[in-house]
Amino acid sequence: MSAPTDSPRPSPEQPDEPPGDARTILTGEDMSRALVRIGHEILERNKGADDVVVLGILTRGAPLARRLAHVLADVEEGVDATAVVGLLDVTMHRDDLDDQPTRTIGTTSLPRGGIDAKTVVLVDDVLYSGRTIRAALDALNDLGRPRAVQLAVLVDRGHRELPIRADYVGKNLPTAADERVRVLLAETDGRDAVLIDSGTGTGPRRQR
Amino acid sequence: MKHLLSASDLSRDEAVLILDTAAAMAATQERAIKKLPTLRGRTVVNLFFEDSTRTRISFETAAKRLSADVINFSARGSSVSKGESLKDTALTLQAMGADAVVIRHQASGAPHVLAQSGWTRGAVLNAGDGTHQHPTQALLDAYTLRHHLVGLRAATDPVGRDLAGLDVVIVGDILHSRVARSNVELLHTLGATVTLVAPPTLVPVGVEPWPCAVSYDFDEVLDAGPDAVMMLRIQRERMVDGGFFPSPWEYTRNYGLDARRLARLPDHTIVLHPGPMNRGLEISADAADSPRAVIVEQVANGVAVRMAALYLLLTGADHMQGETE
Amino acid sequence: MTAYLLQGVRPLGGEPTDVLVGDGTILVIGATAAGTAEATEAERLDVSGLVLLPGLVDLHTHLREPGREDAETIASGSRAAALGGFTCVHAMANTLPVADTAGVVEQVWQLGRDAGYVDVRPVGAVTAGLGGERLAELGAMAQSHAAVRVFSDDGKCVADPVVMRRALEYAKAFDAVIAQHAQEPRLTTTAQMHEGQVSAELGLAGWPAVAEEAIVARDVLLAEHVGSRLHVLHLSTAGSVEIVRWAKTRGIDVTAEVTPHHLYLTDERVRSYDPVFKVNPPLRTAADVEAVRAGLADGTIDTVGTDHAPHPREDKDCEWAAAAFGMTGLETALSVVQAAMVDTGAMTWADVARVMSATPARIGRVGDQGRPLAVGEPANLTVVDPDARRVVVPADQATASVNTPFAGMELPGRVVATFLHGRPTVMDGRLVEPAT
Repeated sequence: MSAPTDSPRPSPEQPDEPPGDARTILTGEDMSRALVRIGHEILERNKGADDVVVLGILTRGAPLARRLAHVLADVEEGVDATAVVGLLDVTMHRDDLDDQPTRTIGTTSLPRGGIDAKTVVLVDDVLYSGRTIRAALDALNDLGRPRAVQLAVLVDRGHRELPIRADYVGKNLPTAADERVRVLLAETDGRDAVLIDSGTGTGPRRQR
Repeated sequence: MKHLLSASDLSRDEAVLILDTAAAMAATQERAIKKLPTLRGRTVVNLFFEDSTRTRISFETAAKRLSADVINFSARGSSVSKGESLKDTALTLQAMGADAVVIRHQASGAPHVLAQSGWTRGAVLNAGDGTHQHPTQALLDAYTLRHHLVGLRAATDPVGRDLAGLDVVIVGDILHSRVARSNVELLHTLGATVTLVAPPTLVPVGVEPWPCAVSYDFDEVLDAGPDAVMMLRIQRERMVDGGFFPSPWEYTRNYGLDARRLARLPDHTIVLHPGPMNRGLEISADAADSPRAVIVEQVANGVAVRMAALYLLLTGADHMQGETE
Repeated sequence: MTAYLLQGVRPLGGEPTDVLVGDGTILVIGATAAGTAEATEAERLDVSGLVLLPGLVDLHTHLREPGREDAETIASGSRAAALGGFTCVHAMANTLPVADTAGVVEQVWQLGRDAGYVDVRPVGAVTAGLGGERLAELGAMAQSHAAVRVFSDDGKCVADPVVMRRALEYAKAFDAVIAQHAQEPRLTTTAQMHEGQVSAELGLAGWPAVAEEAIVARDVLLAEHVGSRLHVLHLSTAGSVEIVRWAKTRGIDVTAEVTPHHLYLTDERVRSYDPVFKVNPPLRTAADVEAVRAGLADGTIDTVGTDHAPHPREDKDCEWAAAAFGMTGLETALSVVQAAMVDTGAMTWADVARVMSATPARIGRVGDQGRPLAVGEPANLTVVDPDARRVVVPADQATASVNTPFAGMELPGRVVATFLHGRPTVMDGRLVEPAT
């Protein structure tokens, strides 16, 4: 029996220490600015924060969702950051469970008020093939009936395999398929940064 | 993890992983929509050479909650009596494309033979073999123990925790019990201290290396204040025919969990029974129906644990590569 | 008949010499052999450095015919025996029909002669139909052409003490021996393997050592009481060795046998649940293996008998409880004895000749087998290459069954040639078809 990968240990795509040839795409400051901007866009699009809940997709979407909730609370009066944030584990709805080592199942926790008739903003670090978001939409379907679902991502690196697009994007980043985008977060990695590794010559790798 | 054949195959971390996964599964079972798409398109065969409606339904429910297709195959008459052989049955199931075979068999070791034979490429889950092993029963018992004695008692989330420091007493027909064998190994692996209690005729010769204590005196063991008491089913006919004890009444007097013994237990102590119970023989109605009894809960936990086992066996890139780790 | 000159061979592992074989006997031993008139016509075999033994004699072979020709025939079992270095095997009585009449034993004897690879000596049943209740016609079998001198219900124990007593007494009239399968039936009703730590863990019903030892103890006392000779088959426990040792010090006329597999394998093998390791009596503990090795080395145990027990594939291709008891052994016996006893320094090749040829022949009252390697003696011979090593491949064996527990194991020693009454049955490790 092999130990599953994924949280809390870094996955192979996101090692603790970046190799030397990684380029920094976003610094910590860039990331903070992007999240503040996304927060404002959410409030603008939804005409405030009423009935907005923020669901972070495990694992790297979770800290981002918490930060985003704090942005909303900072900007909009009456928003309780801890009350609008939730976590969504999509493992059991994935369609690629055979392609990778067995994944640990995370814990889904919804905001106190649930998601029925709410505007759910899904939060993830990198939008790539779109399959994680597809799984998240399916998972949401089993949990309740939101009024609307929106998607916020820190990086959109293209290469979509499904008709899915993000409503809020921190940075659009055209990439080659064999490049690797790694998001480091202070909560798990000790610092904030988005890095890109140039192609390793080993061919394209599946990435969340 | 390619197969789940014996509790002794599991390391402490693997066992905790299964319990944690079961906890995640249990959480999904509190939702209005209990069904998950996780194993959609997979086929799970319940191959039961020995009648056990309870265990079969538990596995069937677990597989269906994960959207697997379930085929129930009750092999009437054993291969011992020269019905269809295990080999031919297995080859048939392979032809049907079984991704996992849940096997219950009256012969100890039959799941091992199935897993090693090459007759099926699917994962093999031992759902009870003879007087050998019943690993998912031990896992659901461990899950129940952890939930109550690590989680609820300390008001903490038990995820990631083992059973270190718990004293568990297992009482009854140890000799013929696959539940006892599985639990001794698994609970020990998880850090619990296990004491077996039985009349000497129902303790196997060769028990010495087992990682547990053995006592013939139930009352003395109860005086030590165990955290959990697990009562095993006594098969009345087997006991009388085999002459293992003089009479059911004498057994109940010395080894039954009755109101008197129940009252001596510490407040936090829970009572388990793998079912089905013989009320009045190994366990009295007072004990079976007391608030300490977590017997019904064991059944519910059985589904979550079996969902976890199926998930861990049937997903992951390495699950069909054939190595038994 | 062709003469053969074995050049440079080492009789009983001793100094190299030449041995001339012709007319069914050993004609010359020594450097002068090559210069004799017969040697000029002889086929010369360069077997320098190889070990020469008297042809091996097995008191315990299941040839399955009549009745279970799907597992083995007398012909296929005879070929396996020759390849294993045997020149005489005793065919156990648990066939279908049971060898409990003069008719059946004569049929077996005749089929053995027809096959022509080894002398097949039938074993007669002690009780009619192996039923354990009524003596079979021991006299008729003893006086038949098959001249039966070994009687056994092997596979079943003669459990009734009165029946056993009568059999021991009655056999004296023909100088025959009762070979007991020592297994107390009530203590082993559902037994699947040795009862001990491994059975406790595996949840397989135990076959306790005491079930064997209780019968061995009873039978040596019965043999003493009635003054008969007793042969204990496949002795497998340390306790049984002790009892036989005690009986011999009292002068009781008891002999005992151990199988190659009980000299080599332990109950730890059962952890695989592979039914190829299911055998009766069961594989015991490492301490028991040590005890039977010591017993064989010090003479407490007199013989090695193969208990060659072929089974069709379907009887082993199943779960443990459904599988048949028994393993093949003719083609691996000598190698296993070499590995367990000779290569460990516990025995010499002369000792091997004693326990695998001379003593079994004497117990079975086979006059022209198990004889010394001396001029004028019958040329029943086996030439062994002790330095060879081989991996056991079941499909390559001559036995019709594949249930060898040594499959895939590398064992020492290889039978290069076997001579039956002067005629080669095996040359260069391959069978020689008998002239018709």
